[in-house]
Amino acid sequence: MATYNLKINGKKHQVDVDESTPLLWVLRDHLGMVGTKFGCGVAQCGACTVHIDGNATRSCVTPVSVASEYTITTIEGISENGDHPVQKAWIEHDVPQCGYCQAGQIMSATALLKNNPSPTDEDIDNAMSGNICRCGTYTRIKKAIKTASNTNLS
Amino acid sequence: MSTTKTTLGRRSFLKNVSLAGGGLVIGFSWLASCKEAPEAKAMGIEMPKEWFELNGFLKIGDNGIVTIMSPNPEIGQNVKTSMPMLVAEELDIDWANVIVEQAPLNTDIFTRQVAGGSQSIRASWEPMRKAGATARQMLKQAAADTWEVPVSEIKTKEGVLIHEASGKKASYGEMASKAATLEVPEEVVLKEKANFSIIGTSKKNVDGKKIVTGQPLYGIDTQREGMKIAMIVQPPAFGMQLKSIDDTEAKKMPGITNVLVIDAYVDDQKIGFFDQAAFPKMAVVVGDTTWQVMQAKKALNVTWEMAPEYAKEISAFGRTFNVKRPVGLENTNDHIKAMQQVNSQKITLARKDGNPEKAFKNADRVIERSYSCPFLAHNTMEPMNFFANVTNDKAELMGPIQTPEAMEHSISERLDMPLENIDIKMTRMGGGFGRRLYGHFLVEAAVISKEIGAPVKLQYSREDDMTNGVYRPAYYATYKAALDVNNNLIGFHVIAGGIPESPLAANRFPAGAIDNYLAETWSIDSNITTGAFRAPRSNFIAGAEQSFLDELAEEMGKDPFDLRLELLEKAKNNPVGENNDYDAARYAGVLELVRKTSNWDSDTSKNRGVSAYFCHNSYVAQVLDLEIENNQPKIKDVYCAVDCGIVVNPDAATNLVEGGIVDGIGHAMYSSLTFKDGKPDQKNFDTYRLIRHNEAPENIKVDFVQSDTDPTGLGEPPFPPIMGAVANALYKATGTRHYHQPFMGSQEFKG
Ligand code: FES
Ligand code: FES
Repeated sequence: MATYNLKINGKKHQVDVDESTPLLWVLRDHLGMVGTKFGCGVAQCGACTVHIDGNATRSCVTPVSVASEYTITTIEGISENGDHPVQKAWIEHDVPQCGYCQAGQIMSATALLKNNPSPTDEDIDNAMSGNICRCGTYTRIKKAIKTASNTNLS
Repeated sequence: MSTTKTTLGRRSFLKNVSLAGGGLVIGFSWLASCKEAPEAKAMGIEMPKEWFELNGFLKIGDNGIVTIMSPNPEIGQNVKTSMPMLVAEELDIDWANVIVEQAPLNTDIFTRQVAGGSQSIRASWEPMRKAGATARQMLKQAAADTWEVPVSEIKTKEGVLIHEASGKKASYGEMASKAATLEVPEEVVLKEKANFSIIGTSKKNVDGKKIVTGQPLYGIDTQREGMKIAMIVQPPAFGMQLKSIDDTEAKKMPGITNVLVIDAYVDDQKIGFFDQAAFPKMAVVVGDTTWQVMQAKKALNVTWEMAPEYAKEISAFGRTFNVKRPVGLENTNDHIKAMQQVNSQKITLARKDGNPEKAFKNADRVIERSYSCPFLAHNTMEPMNFFANVTNDKAELMGPIQTPEAMEHSISERLDMPLENIDIKMTRMGGGFGRRLYGHFLVEAAVISKEIGAPVKLQYSREDDMTNGVYRPAYYATYKAALDVNNNLIGFHVIAGGIPESPLAANRFPAGAIDNYLAETWSIDSNITTGAFRAPRSNFIAGAEQSFLDELAEEMGKDPFDLRLELLEKAKNNPVGENNDYDAARYAGVLELVRKTSNWDSDTSKNRGVSAYFCHNSYVAQVLDLEIENNQPKIKDVYCAVDCGIVVNPDAATNLVEGGIVDGIGHAMYSSLTFKDGKPDQKNFDTYRLIRHNEAPENIKVDFVQSDTDPTGLGEPPFPPIMGAVANALYKATGTRHYHQPFMGSQEFKG
C-alpha cells in the first residue's frame, strides 16, 4: 500500500492502494467514479478509456503509480454539463443502444478530435477500432464523430 | 373510433388509487390477477391493492409532469423509451413533460417483465396504450364534473383539458387529484392509428444524457455502504467440477475477507428453465475491492475432478425439457466429426410434404451442400454481475437481468424465502442478447451475501464470463435440392441439427413453396452449456438456407430475387401443407422493397448478396455489397427492408436494425469459440474476435414497410439473414462459396 495523489478532472484526490492497482479500479472502487467501464481488463475493448495528458489510454492496464504522474480526464470530466460537442453529437445521432461501451467510445473520439479536428474515415477507423461495441453502433459513432468534427472544439 | 374494454374479465384490469400527495395513479398489468397485495391491506386503503400488484403505472403530478414507469428490462433494445411512448400517446401528453422510470418487479401477478424473444412492444401494444387512454378518460371526466359540462365536449391536447364552448381550460395536473377519486371506466376509446402523434415519431433515448456523461446506470455501477466484492473461481473445463480448495495463501492477501465454496444450486432444488448453470459449485473470493479480489483469486489453490453425468427434467412453458450433460472433456474437432456423422444417421422426421423420395429418385440433378457454425459466447460488454444483500428474512437484489420474475422464484427456492420478502431491482443492462435470461449469477450473489452476512457485488471478470457457458450452440445443416431436366425445383430436403439442439424450423419458408419437401432433425448431448443467443436457431439456419437458395438460383440460371419471389408466389397462391408459419405476401414485400432501394436490377457490377428471413413475427430482407481490399473483404453498403408492422420509434428502430446487421456480419465473419479437453480456447478479446469499428459496413440504409399492422419483434429479426447476405456477396467477390462460419477462418483469408 502506498499513498497516491491523483489529478482527475481538475480536482485532487488521494488514495491509499497497492501500486499495481489499475487506474480503472481506483476510479470505480475507491473514488466512486463509475462512468469509466470495465469490459476486458486486458486493453482489448476500450470500455475503460480515459485521457492521460490528453491521450486516450486504457485505464484497466495503467497502474495507479504511473497514472499519478499525469493529468487524468474521465467521462465525468470532459464537460461541465454534458455539452461537449462530442457528447452533443452522440445525443443528436442517438448513438447508444445498451450504452455500456459509449463512455469509452466518447473518450476515444474526443482524444482523436483534439489532435485531429478533421479526421478522415481512415483516421476514425484507426482511432476507434480499439473500442468494441457488441450492440454494433459503429456506423452511428462514425457519423457522430463527423458531426462533432465540424464544430469548434475547445 | 374503436372502443376497447379496459378489463380482462371484470376484475380490475386497471385500478386507481389516490396518492398521498394528491394526483392520479393508474396501474396496468398484462394479465389480470385476483391476488391481493399484503402491503395494501396493511395500509388500510380501500382500493389500492392492485397498486402493489401492478407491474407498471403512470403518475401525474399536480404540476402536470407525468411519470411513466417502464415495466421491462432495458438491454439496449430501447424499450425504456418506446414502451412509455405507447402510454404517452394515448394519454395525450407532451413527451417533453414525461419522466420515465424503470418499474419495480412485482411477481404477485405474472407479468411479462422479460427482455426476450423480441416481444416487449408486441405484448405491450394494447395494455400500455389502454393505460394511457384510461387515465385520459378519467381526467376528462374530472374536468366535465368540475365544469358541469358533458364529458363528450371535453377535448385534450398535450396535457391540457379543453372545453371549447365555455373557453375553460385546465392542465392534467389540476384535475389529477379529482380524477383519482373517479371510477375506472370499463371501456376506453383508443386513438385511430392515423391520429398518432407520438408513435411513429423519433424520440431520443431517455437515458441518453446519462449515458454520454457517465452517470451510474448499470448493475456494475452499484455501490453500497459496507459492500464487499466477490469473484468466482470456476472449473477450467466443461466436464469438471470443484473438489476442494486450499485457501491458506489467498486468505492472507490484502483486503480479503472471505474465501468460501458455494452451491448456487443444491441437489434437491427445483430447477427452472432459466437456471441453466454450467458450474453450480464454485469457489468464491470476497474482499474490499475488485483488484484485491482479482489478485487473491490467483493465489487460491483449487483441486478439480471429473464431473459425473448430469440429468434433470425441467418443466416450463407447458413442456418438459430433458437436460443431459454426459461425462467427459469435449473437443471441437470431435464435435465436427460427430455432427457430420450423426447428420447422415440418427435423424428424426420433422415435416414431409408430397413424395420427396420419388422426386429425388427422378431428379436429373441433385445439389447438396452442408453448412456449419461454431459455439459463440454472448460477450455482453458489461460482464455478468449482481448486487445482493441477504439478511435472515429479506433479500434485496439489484442488477442486470432479463428474467427478473423467473429469478425471483429461483432465489425463493434456493433461500427458502417467501417471494414477497425478495426484491429485485432492474438496472439498465450493458447488453443482453439472451445471456442474461439465465440468472444463475444472481442466485450466486444471493448465496454469497447470505453466507458472509454482508451486502456484496458479485463481479465476473471477462474470462469468467466468456468461459462460463450458456453459449450459442454449434449447428450443422445439409440442404439438398432435386432439379428436373428443365431445371425445375422438384424436391427439397433439409437435415439440420446441433450440439445440443437442432436449429431446424421445419414449417418456415421454403416449406409451403415446394411440393416435395422433407425436413429432418437431430441433436447431440454435450456438457457444454448453451442457451438463447440473439434470434436462437434462426441465427444459423437463416444464413445456411439463404446461402443454399443463392447457389440453387445460380444452378437454375435464375436471379436470386426471382427464385425467392417465385417460391413465395407459389406459397401465397397455392401453399403446400398447412402449418406454414409465415405470410408469403409480407415476405415478398420486404424482398421487393430492398430490390428497389438497392437498385439490384441496375447495379449489376457490384459484389452483392441478397438474403431474407422471417422470425419473431417480423420480415427482413437485405442486400450487402463488399469489395476485396488487401486480400480482405471490406463491407461497403448494406440495404435493409423491414416489415415489423407499425414502427413506434423510427430512429431508435433504425439503430437497432443497424446494430443487428453489424452484429450479424461480425459473428458470421469473425467470432468462434472452440474447445480443447473441455477448455474454451478463447477467454478474452485478444483471442475471441468481435467485429470492430474498421470492419463495420460503410453505410447501412434501413427502410421500413409502411404498415398498419400491430408492431412485432425487432431486436432479433435483422440479425439472422445478414449472415446469408455476407456469404452470398463473398462468393460474388471471390468465386468461392463459404459454408462454414466464421468465414474469415477459411484458408482463403488467413493467407
Ligand atoms: S477494460 Fe480496459 S480495454 Fe477493456
Ligand atoms: S452500445 Fe451496447 S456495447 Fe456499445
